[in-house]
Amino acid sequence: MSLYLFLTLAILTIISALAVVFSKNPMYSVLWLIVCFFTIAGHYVLLNAQFLAIVHLIVYAGAIMVLFLFVVMLLNLNADTEPHKSNLTKLASAIAAGLFFVVLIASMRATELGEFNLPNKTNIGFVEEVGKKLFTDFLLPFEISSVLFLSAMIGSVLLAKKEKK
Amino acid sequence: MENTLQAVPQNWYLILSTLLFCIGIMGVLFRRNAIIILMCIELMLNSVNLLLVSFSAYSGNSDGQVFVFFIMVVAAAEVAVGLALLMSIYRNVASTDINVLNKLKW
Repeated sequence: MSLYLFLTLAILTIISALAVVFSKNPMYSVLWLIVCFFTIAGHYVLLNAQFLAIVHLIVYAGAIMVLFLFVVMLLNLNADTEPHKSNLTKLASAIAAGLFFVVLIASMRATELGEFNLPNKTNIGFVEEVGKKLFTDFLLPFEISSVLFLSAMIGSVLLAKKEKK
Repeated sequence: MENTLQAVPQNWYLILSTLLFCIGIMGVLFRRNAIIILMCIELMLNSVNLLLVSFSAYSGNSDGQVFVFFIMVVAAAEVAVGLALLMSIYRNVASTDINVLNKLKW
């Protein structure tokens, strides 16, 4: 059952990611990216990372994609204003990405990953476990990330502000 | 329902996230709209997140999931600053086409 669930989600993820790249209209790209993020959240639930799935939905679908949609609407981008590359560049980019994929897969085949001893505890993705890790082992990076957010906030406000002549 | 970790081999997650990463790379090379390029970078970040979560689930260690939190933090900050930059670029050149911004190229 969960095998079919995984396959369905994986196919949906790939299709929506391809649609992000190939949509003519930037608005459709944004909407497809939201679909892609939802399927990735589904993968997280399959992998027993429930807390991360919810955080992923809130942060990506709730905050980041709304920001993208806002900017696309604010700049009034649509299929007519979309710049186009020549067919040669498109072909070259597709071939380059495909070759990179082949190289990565080939190197993975050559690597011995080793067998995982499947864990018998299934609560590693729950709030309790992740929260304990976050506030004991990773307390310093957690606090530093708040400084990063502050600087990002100030920076984006400064950058997007209208310059006075 | 049986456990996903038993039903799905870990390699499949490796292949899925590699494929997602390569689609992101293709998007960065394929499109000329700077907003779409930012979105493809998000796609690549998410493929790495998926890989980290899968490794963390299969090895029974939640460290990987904490790393995913920090990647999300960096991604959110990056998007906010990147879109602000795009807004100010658009205000100056009235376009998000990256080929307009070739002053640093020689």
